[in-house]
Amino acid sequence: MSLILELNNISKHYPGVKALEEVSLRLCSGEVHALLGENGAGKSTLVKVMTGAQSKDSGDIVFLGEKQHFCTPIEAQKVGISTVYQEVNLLPNLSVAQNLFLGHEPKRFGLIHFNKMYTDARSVLTQFKLDIDVTAPLSQYSIAVQQLIAIARGVAMSAKVLVLDEPTASLDADEVQVLFGILNQLKQKGVAIVFITHFLDQVYQISDRITVLRNGRFIGEYLTSELPQTQLIEAMLGRSLQAQLVDKKSDDNAVKATTAVLLSLESVSVKGSIQAMTLTVPKGQAVGLAGLLGSGRSEVCNAVFGLDLLESGSIHLAGKKLHLSQPVDAIHAGIALCPEDRKVDGIIGPLSIRENIILALQASVGWWRCLSKARQEEIAQFFIDKLQIATPDADKPIEQLSGGNQQKVILARWLAIEPILLVLDEPTRGIDIGAHAEIIKLIRSLCDDGMSLLVASSELDELVAFSNKVVVMRDRYAVRELTGLELTSQHVMQAIAEG
Amino acid sequence: MKSSAEMISPEALPMAQSSQQAMNKEKTDRYQAGKSASFGRYLWPLLALTLLLLVNLFIDSSFFHLTYQDDRLYGSLIDILNRSAPVALLAIGMSLVIATGGIDLSVGAVMAIVGAVCANLLLIPDISLVTVILAGLIVGLAAGSINGALVSFLGIQPIVATLLLMVAGRGVAQLINQGQIITFQHEGFAAIGVGQFLGLPMPIWIVVGMLLLSQLLLRKTALGLFIEAVGCNAKASRYLGINDKSIKIFAYAIAGLCAALAGMISTADIQGSDANNIGLWLELDAILAVVIGGAALTGGRFSLVLSIIGALIIQTLATTIIVSGLPAKFNLLIKAIVILSVLLLQSEKFRRQLSGLFKLGIFNNAKAGDKK
Amino acid sequence: MKNFKLVSAFSLWAVSASCAFATTVGFSQVGSESGWRTSFSEAVKAEAKQRGIDLKFADAQQKQENQIKAVRSFIAQGVDAIIIAPVVETGWKPVLKEAKRARIPVVIVDRNINVDDDSLYLTRIATDFTEEGRKIGEWLMDKTQGNCDIAELQGTVGATAAIDRATGFNAVIANYPNAKIVRSQTGEFTRAKGKEVMEGFLKAQNGQALCAVWAHNDEMALGAVQAIKEAGLKPGKDILIVSVDGVPDYFKAMADGDANATVEYSPHMGGPAFDAIDAFIKGNKEQSKWVSTTGEVFTQETAAAEYEKRRLR
Repeated sequence: MSLILELNNISKHYPGVKALEEVSLRLCSGEVHALLGENGAGKSTLVKVMTGAQSKDSGDIVFLGEKQHFCTPIEAQKVGISTVYQEVNLLPNLSVAQNLFLGHEPKRFGLIHFNKMYTDARSVLTQFKLDIDVTAPLSQYSIAVQQLIAIARGVAMSAKVLVLDEPTASLDADEVQVLFGILNQLKQKGVAIVFITHFLDQVYQISDRITVLRNGRFIGEYLTSELPQTQLIEAMLGRSLQAQLVDKKSDDNAVKATTAVLLSLESVSVKGSIQAMTLTVPKGQAVGLAGLLGSGRSEVCNAVFGLDLLESGSIHLAGKKLHLSQPVDAIHAGIALCPEDRKVDGIIGPLSIRENIILALQASVGWWRCLSKARQEEIAQFFIDKLQIATPDADKPIEQLSGGNQQKVILARWLAIEPILLVLDEPTRGIDIGAHAEIIKLIRSLCDDGMSLLVASSELDELVAFSNKVVVMRDRYAVRELTGLELTSQHVMQAIAEG
Repeated sequence: MKSSAEMISPEALPMAQSSQQAMNKEKTDRYQAGKSASFGRYLWPLLALTLLLLVNLFIDSSFFHLTYQDDRLYGSLIDILNRSAPVALLAIGMSLVIATGGIDLSVGAVMAIVGAVCANLLLIPDISLVTVILAGLIVGLAAGSINGALVSFLGIQPIVATLLLMVAGRGVAQLINQGQIITFQHEGFAAIGVGQFLGLPMPIWIVVGMLLLSQLLLRKTALGLFIEAVGCNAKASRYLGINDKSIKIFAYAIAGLCAALAGMISTADIQGSDANNIGLWLELDAILAVVIGGAALTGGRFSLVLSIIGALIIQTLATTIIVSGLPAKFNLLIKAIVILSVLLLQSEKFRRQLSGLFKLGIFNNAKAGDKK
Repeated sequence: MKNFKLVSAFSLWAVSASCAFATTVGFSQVGSESGWRTSFSEAVKAEAKQRGIDLKFADAQQKQENQIKAVRSFIAQGVDAIIIAPVVETGWKPVLKEAKRARIPVVIVDRNINVDDDSLYLTRIATDFTEEGRKIGEWLMDKTQGNCDIAELQGTVGATAAIDRATGFNAVIANYPNAKIVRSQTGEFTRAKGKEVMEGFLKAQNGQALCAVWAHNDEMALGAVQAIKEAGLKPGKDILIVSVDGVPDYFKAMADGDANATVEYSPHMGGPAFDAIDAFIKGNKEQSKWVSTTGEVFTQETAAAEYEKRRLR
């Protein structure tokens, strides 16, 4: 293994924030190098500097022994550094094949050779065990498939360095294994892979070395085989995780006995997404929805929030039948939803954190009763403190925050209107281990305050950690309900697999 | 629903006190940061306007000269304010529509319809002025609401939806006028265009009134914020309980109302309804005014005051061309060059490159001023 | 075909004794974009009715392709003659050749066309814009004895009417050393713009007197009249107003003493056009290629009477 890319003492400042301070990274050919850290640790910024998407304030980039200065991503791509960003950065209205080969399409007589492009696209995607119509627009496919295509695009560019920022966030277990197979092949060919993730088990499965960042600083570089998981977590958090994951099982049964049903779905069907779904959420409890992608867990959330119209069945909240035709109806009934696709359905990017936090409250009190500026600031500051949202001030546009902090703002937005039922769809996607613990703690404390939660997630350990009950879905309907001592990730996994 | 105050106060108070000093300092910093950012937004359009006015001073030394005669102020500056009224009104409505991520191409045609309706009503003997004005406003509101409904309920792209009325509207106006220019003698209605109040022409007061009313409606309620939210991300706005369809219809209806006012001013100004020419291409001037004011055509943040400054820049330019004595064939070229300069001046990237290239003193001074 | 036409002509003999046989004429009009255009269409229709001519009217809505389509359909219908009021000057050669091949005479009215072979059309009935400018210029020079500071309100930049009227007017005042155009800007042929530009002129003059306003059409002149009034001056007295067109509103302004003179831009081009067609049918195949219909100068003296006449129409 030889050194292929070196980043030495990189620093980068944003107005008011030190994103990177003297950070170094050494990358060898033929290795998978995990880049780890909490939200806001500087991973994404480091990647952007490495690939020319952003300029550095100081430090050197040495690629194959030569000092490089990338001004644009294209320059980095030319020498062989290719990146797949955390949020899918493809063009939804172009075809799958066009997305795969955008910028270096196969040409004949100076024109795009479409047939060759389609054949090439099919052969690239077969490696990923994706059998899809490469001529169809990208937007037809789920986020998971889009993510795979984005990775395939990076692979297809035959890079020397491949940077994958959270590639597995929206993939299910099988798809992750396919991806890892491909990464292993690339490793053999001598490609250096930078792998950013929050899934520590995946780190141990695939990576050779680990670099840990914290608060924009370099913490250490380790051989994966020599670093136990607890030490890794301590390096990332700078503290021990043990204290945060309280054992909640003991007091569970006591709570359950006294609580009444808050939300009940009775054989709810939605055309094309869920069938005869029956589900109850007791007051003051968290109910988890588990299942593979497309099993219907997100669709249940959407139906409860009035995004999808019911074909049959009924939804009752606190004994009253709900007639939901749009989100406003659900919000008036006291239901809130943190949507799965935070970037598209959640944040209002250019508006400030303050405005993003108060908007739902403002919408529920009506347009004619404007919250005063002082009141808005008070509410925003309260939640910034309470949820520990990392920002220099509340007037910063939300799009400049890291994914985890954006999620906290969206949670704050709903907590401000005090819903009786909070629906969370993939609340921890793209969120680091520290925030995981915080969100688990928050969910527990909300339950203690009497709020009920319905949480859909693909992360079983987490789901098991905070749920009083987990409903396992398969093929659009519920197959098992797990509670009490049965509620372990092994059991959930089994139920997903067997039904 | 419970007020969130109950939820906040018990925990928040001790926390706030413990770090009150730090927070106070932070708050003042933030206030100033926000202030300088918004000052920057106003700086460049205002600078452009000032430069244009100064150019006029070179052409004609008496440009800023104001006299008081016949109970009114009289001078080129007043003319600019007066003549910019129709575009300024359209720009108010257009700001809202553009903030929702839309565009309204039909406002010029709506001016023509409203003008035709009012002029023909005025031919009826003894009709009351209030009836005529109300009829005009209602026609404008209705036209705007139709645009809004096409956009929000039928999901037609704004540029297409409003193009329908842009083309059809002028035809409707011609039909009402039966192909003629309808002139009328009605002192009350004519006063909308040529009357004066407290020494200033009526159109100026109408713009000021509409601006104050809109600011009140948008910034003292949450409507302005909702419009910006819908413009930034309509889907996310719907997910958090904002009725994005109503917000869009509201924006187009206000644009229609503003077009009605502009149409009445233009009709009253020449005391006749000229369906072919009234408001012709003014929709483009209004869009330009909003863009000069620094708004993005993709929607989001808006500022009515900046849009009106944009309208003033356009009108100052028109007046400059009239008094400059340059041959008429250069008009469009000059307009294009000046507008391009204004837009470049606003582009931070361009400014940076320009100051990097030439290290011009004026830019460095302006930047230092910005930081203060 | 020809026989059938003769039969139908004979059958109409009894009904309409005033003409030899019922002529069918196709008229392709630009559209109805202005009041003048509408009265032009009406005048042609009225003239045809009076002469017992079967007029097929086609409104092209300001599009040349519509006009070409209309002319082709006239040819297919086998009309006796075609009148075209062209929307633009160029692009007429192919369709005129088709008409020539079908032996149908074409009369061009109002605006000019640009073809190298003038045998493609019978004649052109049009106002001489240069002559209009000359006439009104002479009137103004007579009135002021050649001492005049003039403000000019031009028509739309590039329009033939604007260019030619200015040429005629300028040719006249060139002979008078004390007459000159001190302000000139386009008012785009509209009343609103004419008013706005005049306001600017008055401010820019800054008290220096203007002797006359020369507007390329009546609409702009009417706008200027309003601007002058609002500035506290008396149009028609303090500042003379001259223009071209002769729309009813302008006659009213003249009758009220607010304006001084105009040259009529006659919408009555139907008469000469039908005369030419009659002559052609009677055997006069070669005619002069331009029949000028330039109108007369009208002044305040006859304005009230003329206004009454025009208002009745």
